[in-house]
Amino acid sequence: MRPLLGFIAGLTFGIGLIISGMADPAKVLNFLDIFGVWDPSLAFVMGGASVTAFVGYRLVWRQNAPTIGHAFDLPESNAIDAPLLTGAAIFGIGWGLGGFCPGPAWTALALGSAGIFLFLPAMLIGIVLGGAAKSLSIFTAKGT
Amino acid sequence: MGPVVTTEFTPWLSLFGGALIGLSAVMVMGLFGKIAGITGITKGLTGLLPGADGPDDRGWRLTFLLGLIAAPLAVMLATGSFPQQTVPDDLTGMAIAGLLVGVGTALGSGCTSGHGVCGLARLSPRSLSAVVVFVAAAVLTTTLIRHAI
Repeated sequence: MRPLLGFIAGLTFGIGLIISGMADPAKVLNFLDIFGVWDPSLAFVMGGASVTAFVGYRLVWRQNAPTIGHAFDLPESNAIDAPLLTGAAIFGIGWGLGGFCPGPAWTALALGSAGIFLFLPAMLIGIVLGGAAKSLSIFTAKGT
Repeated sequence: MGPVVTTEFTPWLSLFGGALIGLSAVMVMGLFGKIAGITGITKGLTGLLPGADGPDDRGWRLTFLLGLIAAPLAVMLATGSFPQQTVPDDLTGMAIAGLLVGVGTALGSGCTSGHGVCGLARLSPRSLSAVVVFVAAAVLTTTLIRHAI
């Protein structure tokens, strides 16, 4: 049952990315180009998604546990620390350069552009490297 | 990174698509009790995320990614045409961009979905900080590339 439900959730997410315009790098880059050909559409994507999740989360958290699973597994860290801020800045540079964040990178795969065949493998390598960098001494000191 | 393509402002489609993304995040929370962060799900696939090694856990993560991959095909079946996208044609730039996105999201423990959608829905100050930083960095990068270089 888990694999099927996971597939349906992923498909819903992906169709949402496509309908919203978030899956098209041109639209993402134009959203980021505030001082140029600004297209504010993606603010509506973030608004629609986070408000839906805000309300929906509070509804599902009324249950004692998820339907398939033992407990709700929420991030424990509240630290606004060096790995978080450094990582976010590096991610932002890559996002502003290519116009893809991780979700749209997956939905772009089947559309077969040349760019995605370089972006996606590089992203997977980056995730492995970034995970390793997290354990470097400059990032393991406890944040505030 | 290639020519600038103008795009049309689509508030209603974007709002509706965004709501579907939010719905998916609620499904993942309600069904599996997890945050629908694409970075986390991708990481779980590579077996790097602590606690992601259980076969059950991988069971939904892999198919979630397959669902993302299948989404443009579903749109094609429903509308008769593949979704439009314009991908930058500077291939070296795209490889560098991919590497930065991977390193940054792994180091910062999340991306537009985990920190953006799910973190903001949880009213997490940590996620809000990440969102402010990555949007600012992205705006600065695109602005420099399009208007300064």
